Amino acid sequence: MIGLFNNLEATTAIIVFGIGFTTLMLNRNMIKKIIGFDMMDCGMYLFLASKGYIEGRLAPIVVNGITDMDAYINPIPAGLVLTGIVVSVSVSAVMLSLTIRLYRKYHTLDIDEIMMRAREEGDDE
Amino acid sequence: MSKKREDYEKSFWYKISSFVNDGKSFATKEIKEEKHIVEEDKSINIVPMSPWDTEEIERTGLYDSYKHWSFEGILKRAQKFYGVFSVLVCVLIIGILLYSISKLPRFGNAENPVNNEVSKRYIEQGIEETGAVNIVTGMILDYRAFDTLGESHVLFTACIVVFILLRLDSKDQKTLEEAEADDRNFEPKNDTILQKVTRLLVPPVFIFGIYVILNGHLSPGGGFSGGAIIGAGLILYLNAFGFKKTGKFFTLRLHKIISIIALGFYSLSKSYSFFTGANHLESFIPKGTPGNILSSGLILPLNIAVGMVVACTMYGFYVMFRKGGYK
Amino acid sequence: MSFLMPVLLLFLIVCAVFVAFTKNPLSAIIIYMAFSLIMSIIWALMQSPDLAITEAAVGAGVTSILMFVALKKIHAIDVKETKEGKEDKDNE
Repeated sequence: MIGLFNNLEATTAIIVFGIGFTTLMLNRNMIKKIIGFDMMDCGMYLFLASKGYIEGRLAPIVVNGITDMDAYINPIPAGLVLTGIVVSVSVSAVMLSLTIRLYRKYHTLDIDEIMMRAREEGDDE
Repeated sequence: MSKKREDYEKSFWYKISSFVNDGKSFATKEIKEEKHIVEEDKSINIVPMSPWDTEEIERTGLYDSYKHWSFEGILKRAQKFYGVFSVLVCVLIIGILLYSISKLPRFGNAENPVNNEVSKRYIEQGIEETGAVNIVTGMILDYRAFDTLGESHVLFTACIVVFILLRLDSKDQKTLEEAEADDRNFEPKNDTILQKVTRLLVPPVFIFGIYVILNGHLSPGGGFSGGAIIGAGLILYLNAFGFKKTGKFFTLRLHKIISIIALGFYSLSKSYSFFTGANHLESFIPKGTPGNILSSGLILPLNIAVGMVVACTMYGFYVMFRKGGYK
Repeated sequence: MSFLMPVLLLFLIVCAVFVAFTKNPLSAIIIYMAFSLIMSIIWALMQSPDLAITEAAVGAGVTSILMFVALKKIHAIDVKETKEGKEDKDNE
């Protein structure tokens, strides 16, 4: 239990991930599901980038020619998260455009009703 | 959805795909579904009927009513079971993850296992091997440039997918007018405050975006941030002035040309790096002195390429969502 | 300065809980923009300025704008004329 307070950022990241996952599974509105998916992404980026922080050191930009390893934080997790943020916006855009197409056909945003109507149409064909 | 051309049966791809699929091709199935969608839209009524409205469904016999009742009952019970079960699964997953978090080493410690010899190499020899003052930019565009190539292609693919799904492609005058009216539903045309403020704001936004892209290797920033800033500036211009004025300098043809040139240049320069690295040759691109703008070899042109792809993609998403086309 | 980080993390959790429990999708998107902005401040406190600029431009800028336009396309924002004049009414 004390370990949770030693590592406050990772705990917050996991709680945000859990809340996003709950929003994804329990809501019936498609827009809330997409927002939950985005929150899961943000939680994971917070967890990953908090692994690179070292106390008392500066940002990884070389000043005054000091290239000692003990003067800067770890730059590797920051590089990985930078790619991830841009991929997250692409995935959100594709999911939103699919939601718009579903609305044009079924005129509702409720996932259960869409499944019911798709099942009825599947029986007719 | 996209159109089919008229002499599709004579084309090369149709012959190959019908040969592979035993005489059938995928194109005929798609056209049939598209007609189905068009007919469906004209006769649908807006109020959805809930599956629990039992009074309005006509029963034509005992078997039909029995079948309908059992499906409804199972649906209701499955919904409650799903609610309880998913809450349990969520609590279980969060509990297991929190338990394993409590065993991790302390945050911000210098002897964590994540700080190993790889970061030592990147920090100590980064500036003389890549020439970039910003270590993170030097890492993602020189040591690990292949990841950034894949990520640019992911952005390009997402843009293509949104084009295919949301394109408005009919020459019918009625649907074009409907789309225009639907787009201008709540927005005032030629709002004075918005236009005056946009005229003041958009040039500094563009200049700031270009500054962030060009200074990617000297200070925080880089291709992704600068591209997003330029994309946001274009979206503001489109909101204030409408499609006609923006279509004068940013058309679909410009978008295609920029994407192809940027991605092709990135792929060619990475092929050059693979070639010289695999055959132990020295590359003749100069590194310059760190601290100048024209330094660090290939990082500056690659930043410009990534920035252009990101800006075009963000703007393309917005235009597709609003109207379905560039005009 | 060491008490700033726990306060910001608490804001983050409060924003996330609000997004999960509200019924109106329009207010969920607005709170999501605030969530993105607080995330950007946390990146800046963790000494990664590249991530802060990118998250501010992309998260609070482009993603939220796309969600607003998607809400408009599905007619979730409606204008209803009453006797006193026009008023905005949101329905799901």
